[in-house]
Amino acid sequence: MAGAKEIKNKIGSITNTQKITSAMEMVAASKMRKAQDRMAASRPYANTMRRVIGHLAEGSLEYSHPYLEERDVKRVGYIVISTDRGLCGGLNINLFKKTLSDMKGWSEKNVEIDLGLIGAKAGTFFANVGGNVVANTANLGEEPTLEDLIGSVQVMLEAYDNGKLDRLFVVYNKFVNTMTQEPTIDQLLPLPASEENEALPKHGWDYLYEGEPAELLTKLLVRFIESQVYQGVVENAASEQAARMFAMKNATDNAGDIIDELQLIFNKARQSAITQEISEICAGASAV
Amino acid sequence: MAMTFDLNVVSAEGILFSGRVESIQVTGSGGEFGILAGHTPLLTGIVPGMVRLVKQYGKEEVIFVSGGTCEVQPGEVTVLADTAIRAEDLDLAKAQEAKRQAEELLNNSATNQDVDYTQVAIQLADAIAQLRVLKLVKKFN
Repeated sequence: MAGAKEIKNKIGSITNTQKITSAMEMVAASKMRKAQDRMAASRPYANTMRRVIGHLAEGSLEYSHPYLEERDVKRVGYIVISTDRGLCGGLNINLFKKTLSDMKGWSEKNVEIDLGLIGAKAGTFFANVGGNVVANTANLGEEPTLEDLIGSVQVMLEAYDNGKLDRLFVVYNKFVNTMTQEPTIDQLLPLPASEENEALPKHGWDYLYEGEPAELLTKLLVRFIESQVYQGVVENAASEQAARMFAMKNATDNAGDIIDELQLIFNKARQSAITQEISEICAGASAV
Repeated sequence: MAMTFDLNVVSAEGILFSGRVESIQVTGSGGEFGILAGHTPLLTGIVPGMVRLVKQYGKEEVIFVSGGTCEVQPGEVTVLADTAIRAEDLDLAKAQEAKRQAEELLNNSATNQDVDYTQVAIQLADAIAQLRVLKLVKKFN
């Protein structure tokens, strides 16, 4: 029975791997549910904020904020949101591919690019391929908080305020559903004008302000940008878990296939060993 | 019965309160103030502290907010709460931390600053091809 022991060992080790991947699949499934809840919880803030900013823009506000104005593009910024850990299929690679092709489009127009990175995987990737990284945040954990993001966002906003950036984008994986996660590039600055604002007639009213309107508007817009980035981070976290769940499910299925095949090989080896033994006994008996 | 209005207290990480209230008390940037139904449109920053609200039928509730913005519209009030205490110098410290991490990353990287797009595209295509080969090999072994 040559090789039977080796095959048995191999089956054992693959069974262990299968146990691990199926456990990871279940863990990812439960984490995904939590991440989805977080995603839903952060939506009302962004929606409400958008409405308030809409009111501000609608009201007869005698002040035009730099965050709302288009200017000539000489330098653009990207906030790239990736996962901290691997084993989630092609999620990060697809995201980086999309980012790079977008970046290429800008650099062909002689526009320079600054990068703000969130997540460890983006860090390692852009450390390898190069790129002008101005801010980096990693290890956000399972429950990202807005507080962790303030630093990176602040760096990019500062650059925008000082005229070093003329456009700012956020790149993340949009959670469409469990099966689909879509790499998405959204423009943060200048704020893209929403259609509903233009459709509404201008009101003749204005707010009663406590403090300088300009300051208030700045504060609101900064919070809005931050909440957009946060939204990207939680969507990316949900996408990560969904992608990992799917990748681990595939791995478990593959392990099952390999075990089946190995079992077949093992049975064949055993059978041929038995046949050989019988023929040897027969040959021995006829010789006597 | 007292007139009521809609109040929404939301932060980036979740809804803190949503419902009809008779009045609320907030500490704005210019001092403490109360809002009753029919207040004129108002926009103000708020400082870290309590938001005291009287719900419909007179029940009181207190929510702690770490700063934010309060918007009053006819018939509805929105409090956009911050999730963390915010101050100029704190934000600055966080920004510097992010910059420092970026520099660390760049110092540790072996390549120069410019992205060679074709090179990267080739590398990516390589990685994907390798994955595909691995899959095929696994199937036939």
